[in-house]
Amino acid sequence: MNPLKKLLEKVEPSFREGGKLHKFWPVYDGFATFLFVPGHPTHKGSHIRDGIDLKRTMVSVIFAMMPALLFGIYNVGYQHYLALGQESGLVENMIYGLIKVLPLIVVSYAVGLGVEFAFCVIKKHQINEGFLVSGMLIPLVVPPDMPLWMVAVATVFAVVIGKEVFGGTGMNVLNPALTARAFLFFAYPAFISGDKVWVSLGGEKAVDGFSGATPLSQFITQGPAIKNPVGGDIGFIDGFIGLIPGSIGETSTLAILIGAAILIFTGVASWKIMFSVFAGGYLTATLLNLLAGHFPDNPYLTIEPHWHLVFGGFAFGAVFMATDPVTAAQTPLGKLIYGFLIGVITIVIRVLNPAYPEGMMLSILFMNVAAPLIDYYVVQANIKRRLKRVTAKAA
Amino acid sequence: MELINIFVKSIFIDNMVFAYFLGMCSYLAVSKQVKTAVGLGMAVIFVLGLTVPINYLLENYLLKEGAMVWLSPALKDVDLSFLSFLMFIAVVAAFVQLVEMAVEKFSPSLYASLGIFLPLIAVNCAILGGALFMQQRDYPTVGHAAVFGLGSGVGWLMAIVFIAAIREKIRYSNIPAPLRGLGIAFILTGLMGIGFMSFMGIKL
Repeated sequence: MNPLKKLLEKVEPSFREGGKLHKFWPVYDGFATFLFVPGHPTHKGSHIRDGIDLKRTMVSVIFAMMPALLFGIYNVGYQHYLALGQESGLVENMIYGLIKVLPLIVVSYAVGLGVEFAFCVIKKHQINEGFLVSGMLIPLVVPPDMPLWMVAVATVFAVVIGKEVFGGTGMNVLNPALTARAFLFFAYPAFISGDKVWVSLGGEKAVDGFSGATPLSQFITQGPAIKNPVGGDIGFIDGFIGLIPGSIGETSTLAILIGAAILIFTGVASWKIMFSVFAGGYLTATLLNLLAGHFPDNPYLTIEPHWHLVFGGFAFGAVFMATDPVTAAQTPLGKLIYGFLIGVITIVIRVLNPAYPEGMMLSILFMNVAAPLIDYYVVQANIKRRLKRVTAKAA
Repeated sequence: MELINIFVKSIFIDNMVFAYFLGMCSYLAVSKQVKTAVGLGMAVIFVLGLTVPINYLLENYLLKEGAMVWLSPALKDVDLSFLSFLMFIAVVAAFVQLVEMAVEKFSPSLYASLGIFLPLIAVNCAILGGALFMQQRDYPTVGHAAVFGLGSGVGWLMAIVFIAAIREKIRYSNIPAPLRGLGIAFILTGLMGIGFMSFMGIKL
């Protein structure tokens, strides 16, 4: 037998009722069921039990995020050495990236899981590990130099106000990771927007002519003629592969699409939402692009629609944020409407709102708010249609 | 074009609930069910859409300094704007009375479920707020004022229907006991406000 399992079974009695550490039963239970599929039988009524429980679902999302995470770590190092004008190989890039990214991940997990465990111990319910995914998403959507204490504060806000006050995992209205990011965005804008934060310099002096502006913030002023930090041109392919400044995990559309394939293949995330987000974004961007000639003072309009989909957080939001099964719409038709409107609002904010170069975060939060209403009306329409069928038959 | 701008702006950008936190009492009290929320929202749209232009006319032909020159040039120094609160409220109250009678006649069930909050539209701050914003922003024609009133009403309806749908969804959630009911609604409103921040800053 597995030594880990032996150890768990050895300490189990002290957590059981009457044991010394019974107070911390949720913590033990959380760990044990995370590591091994629990052998709980169903107590009442007939249920179909699947081996894929909530914890296994969460872990598959984490696997899907791995390509984006690894690429993000590499890119942090790559941008760093690029900005300093130094040659660097794969290993140096990864090491520098790890030094920057690993603390973010550790802080986000330690704080978030700490809060969640505390709530579970107080409220005496099971730990659902809903934070496993959020805890990985939070470091991926912040710039590499984000101060750690801010990440901690935002995580506490997101877990307590965004989730636990609604009753914990599965009850939240807004996506917790995006709540944390929105908190950072409005509370400490200097650390998460502008053009100083996206490339980690590590306190050293950058080469002359360095500019850390992201592609999206350059779109506002100069349209599609965008440059990387040291003045080289950025094209569509660069945006797709992702060696550009940005939040840690959002830059590489390629890595995100690998994640999307994993999510769709395992059936964890809804392809309907992903597809409709891209469709909504593409159509809106096409429409706005057609208007470009009429409004020459807004260079953002000249961005071609397929560019919109690969730059900024569009792909990341569509694949990992919008598909959150708790905060998205639940009905099949509702999912299509929900995703489509996310795409539309994102592009509208990007192009028409000069206050924000990126709209993915806020449009998903907005549609999280609207999702219950979409579901409500989809369900009402179904009821009406079926009622009509029944009454027609009766007549 | 300008009218469309005002309409969109008053729904999304200057939303009565999420940008100014006006009309909170009925917003919080009647948002337990989508159906009643829609009913109250409709009533607010009706009242706002009519009282804002009427108050606009009162303001510009009766109350403002020099507004009464159309009666006689001798009145150009008369300034009745100290009466504007009274006049606005009187107009609002009259229209709410009208709505109340109409709702009672045509939809008694809605009338019953809205209860005291239907007559209380008269003191709904979103409605008086609409009239006062109209005064402050100095719209050029009565058409602008009417569109602004309608847009604000639609924005208010949207806000209350959104929160009603969410509150229906979380009705059976295991919310900590001290926060059940109004407490969670307040937190929810704050979080929804973050969602509505998306539109702030759009210049139309």
